[in-house]
Amino acid sequence: MIVLGLTEGGTLDQVLDWIVVISMVSGALLSVAAGIGLLRFPDLFSRMHAATKPQVLGLFLMLLSVALQIRAWSAVPILVLAWFFQLLTAPVTAHMVGRAGYRTRHLKQETLVLDDLNEVVSEAQRRLDEGR
Amino acid sequence: MSPHRHPRPARPSELLTGARSARARARRRRARFLIELPLMLWLVLVWGALWRDFSPGNLIFGFVIALGVVTTFKLPPVELSGRFNPWQGLVFTVLFLREIVRASIQVVLVVLRRGPKVRNAVIGIRMRSQEDLMATVLGHVLTLIPGSFVVEIDRTTSTLYLHVLDINTVQEAEDFRRQVRSIEARIIRMMGSREELAALDAEGPAGPDPAARANRSMKEHP
Repeated sequence: MIVLGLTEGGTLDQVLDWIVVISMVSGALLSVAAGIGLLRFPDLFSRMHAATKPQVLGLFLMLLSVALQIRAWSAVPILVLAWFFQLLTAPVTAHMVGRAGYRTRHLKQETLVLDDLNEVVSEAQRRLDEGR
Repeated sequence: MSPHRHPRPARPSELLTGARSARARARRRRARFLIELPLMLWLVLVWGALWRDFSPGNLIFGFVIALGVVTTFKLPPVELSGRFNPWQGLVFTVLFLREIVRASIQVVLVVLRRGPKVRNAVIGIRMRSQEDLMATVLGHVLTLIPGSFVVEIDRTTSTLYLHVLDINTVQEAEDFRRQVRSIEARIIRMMGSREELAALDAEGPAGPDPAARANRSMKEHP
């Protein structure tokens, strides 16, 4: 059995070790990409995509490598839980920061090709002004 | 609101004794307990996972704590739709994981290729469902699939406003809308209420209902 250039003793342990290596490195690479995105993107909103998103997959790969390294079933529920809570809470923070950012006009309009919300907001503002 | 939730008219004898209100209170308490039961079971599972011990004794103790938590920190109950299709759930989970992988790679490519020149859009999408739970689930799923997150929710018109990365033309925005609506359809097939599912089946290949479509084209940029 030849696994990634290993010619001898291609046991299950070795296969798992390689999966651990690959998933850990690619998880770390996703975090690097997030950092590069923070530097390169022009405004708060695009940066938030870079800062919050690749981690969903990145953390999954990290936890996967931890699980395969420990190789104990008792560790699986808590790792699943760790990922699940990340899934549950990351969108809430993204929403809160995004909402606050939009309302305090930290959004660079020139980076947008389309803004449905702006129309609704200015319509509401117009109605408010008329009411006065 | 479904018809069975309306209380039946009181009988005169009950009005005199006040028996009805006591019984109604008891019934409401029981209904509330049933609604919160799935969430308490979830708390018990979390408890077991944290202790890495799923023995009966530990789970029973966890249940007592869950009961205490639910009664001490009262929140408005999460109303589940009462329907869950496990097969559709599995299909959705697999698709969801595939989307996460695909979209993560895409965001990395956008970072490397477009960088400071990236163009985005805030896209309003009218949802089929009026339910808070559906809006929450759809919002979570869309935020977790990299490249979009929820900026604002208009509950009166059940419209989600999403900030989407790397949208360059109105056509791409339209494609994204279609993608969101197919994800929503999948979620409804997995856990939507019977009424929502029936409405989805009635929709046919023509797509969303005319009201939603009119709303959509109205919001298009000139």
